[in-house]
Amino acid sequence: MTATTTPPDTSKPYAGLTAPSTARRLLTQPTTGPLVALLLACVFFSLSTEQFLTGGNFSLIVQQVMVVGTLAIGQTLIILTAGIDLSCGAVMAFGSIVIAKMAAEGSLPPLAAIALGLVVCGGFGLLNGALVQKIPLPPFIVTLGMLNVAFALTHIYSEEQTVTNLPGPLTALGQTFPLGKTDITYGSLVTIALFLLLAYALSNTSWGRHVYALGNSPEAARLNGIRTSRLTIGVYTVAGVLYGIAALLLISRTGVGDPQAGQTDNLDSITAVVLGGTSLFGGRGSVLGTFIGVLIVGVFRNGLQLMGVASIYQTLITGVLVILAVTVDQISRRKAR
Amino acid sequence: MSRTTRLSSSLLRAAAVAGVAALTLTACGSGSGSGSSSTGSGDVKVGLITKTDTNPFFVKMKEGAEKAAKAEGVKLMTAAGKFDGDNAGQVTAIENMVASGVKGILITPSDSKAIVPAIEKAKAKGVLVIALDTPTEPQSAVDALFATDNVKAGELIGEYAKAAMKGKAAKIATLDLAPGVSVGVQRHNGFLKGFGVKEGDSSVVCSQDTGGDQAKGQTAMENCLQKEPGINVVYTINEPAALGAYTALKAKGREKDVLIVSVDGGCTGTQAVKDGKIAATSQQYPLKMAAEGVKAVATYAKDGKKASGYTDTGVTLITDKAQDGVTSKDTAYGLENCWG
Repeated sequence: MTATTTPPDTSKPYAGLTAPSTARRLLTQPTTGPLVALLLACVFFSLSTEQFLTGGNFSLIVQQVMVVGTLAIGQTLIILTAGIDLSCGAVMAFGSIVIAKMAAEGSLPPLAAIALGLVVCGGFGLLNGALVQKIPLPPFIVTLGMLNVAFALTHIYSEEQTVTNLPGPLTALGQTFPLGKTDITYGSLVTIALFLLLAYALSNTSWGRHVYALGNSPEAARLNGIRTSRLTIGVYTVAGVLYGIAALLLISRTGVGDPQAGQTDNLDSITAVVLGGTSLFGGRGSVLGTFIGVLIVGVFRNGLQLMGVASIYQTLITGVLVILAVTVDQISRRKAR
Repeated sequence: MSRTTRLSSSLLRAAAVAGVAALTLTACGSGSGSGSSSTGSGDVKVGLITKTDTNPFFVKMKEGAEKAAKAEGVKLMTAAGKFDGDNAGQVTAIENMVASGVKGILITPSDSKAIVPAIEKAKAKGVLVIALDTPTEPQSAVDALFATDNVKAGELIGEYAKAAMKGKAAKIATLDLAPGVSVGVQRHNGFLKGFGVKEGDSSVVCSQDTGGDQAKGQTAMENCLQKEPGINVVYTINEPAALGAYTALKAKGREKDVLIVSVDGGCTGTQAVKDGKIAATSQQYPLKMAAEGVKAVATYAKDGKKASGYTDTGVTLITDKAQDGVTSKDTAYGLENCWG
């Protein structure tokens, strides 16, 4: 919602929408639709099951979506530049194996292993960005290739073995602290903080405005003096570092380094971005919308499970939701023209 | 202009969710095999978490659990990973089931080691956890294990293959599962033991991973034949891999003179034994695993008695070309007791 406080700016996608009344402004926020959807889903599940509407369950949902959520922040940044990242889950898996193996079997102290993991993931992002920008290659192709590279490296380096017996600091973010009667995971707080940080950066800094401008029209952005090449590579690198943080969150959540992890997380993160109202064509959307998108998936999965609905229906419903969300995006674009 | 657009887009999104909610209700209302319907006393909840939703082996397992749940008057909840190896999905399923107050969880672990911390958390909350089909590492991470003895399943077809070769020199291809997956390793080792050869023996001329997939089994067999055309014994991790191997052999006109043996005992696989495509298979009983698991949870709910240790749910060698000295049953028996 921070976007509403900034002055109109032509490089921003909703710049023409600074409406006079607060109520109208709220209704015209791009996150309003997903938010209403999320609330409706919550009401539905609260009425359907007695366990849904408890603090513990909400804490659980946030905890369950923190890994995909953190990936989805990076994915949002890239999609805002009209790119896409298919490699995020695989890069995260590689990062998690690097961190886990370095700390559990190597001689690195845990904090150094974590730092190394962030650097490795950031390096993948940098490489993605450089290939997209410098050669240039389509993001879809670059990240599809990188998906396989990271996947293979994960399996080679891990020797297909799950890494166990992790030192305490690696799982610290998976620990909980009590808040009233509810147990909150530290990792959930990290994820929420990252969402807020990136939301602020996107809407309140020139960097954020440039990202939107780049997604709307790279040529126009370049002519306006934005260093698009550096910006693109920067966005992919920031995304890579976020995948590294997701890797740490994953380790802390499962308590192991798992080479099989993240295989569908690339698609799950895109799902969250789309459900959050960000356009796959770039330049339109927000990180907060993605947070709501992530929660929609988490709430459906949790709620349906509590209702006792078999998991295949979760897949069915997620698919229907995605198609509906993109349809809405398309219709609103056509009308806007 | 665009203001109204945003407004209507919000409403559209809201309407979308309302639609999906309706869909959900329909899904539940139909109750078609989702196992969500409570039966009678239904206060006791049992969770069943399989590796995937789509593998017939797990479909059969679910069916067995549903029948047993009805008989025991307990409520069954089911969940599955998105793909074989989806540990995070199974962790989430465990958490959600514990949150909904299950008395016990039956799980076929996708990753034997990685699932252990989540299981320990559930056990700490007083939930009885039983592994079905695949053991955890360590096995003691769960209260009990109901599974096929996979080493024995491999041994049976190894002994059978040895007898069927009648002293002829063997050139063996093994179409395995995937590195580090215990079920595959145990069956593979069991087969070698039953055949009387050691790992690395020169008679094993080709070993490939198939993931238990028919298409990959076919590719693996094609490559093995390329490498060593004289292969005359094929061990396969399961019948889909065996049928893939059969297709590859048939393309080379070799389907009659190569002995294929397998493990699983699914209905398609057992029919393939009857049709002579596969020589023999070790049949396992997923329905029984699930049914006994549900019973164990019901017992725990009633009198607090926890199941423990390993329960062998049995394995039977199925073939229509019985060999002397190897106990087996014919495909009529196999088809009566097959799953899938």
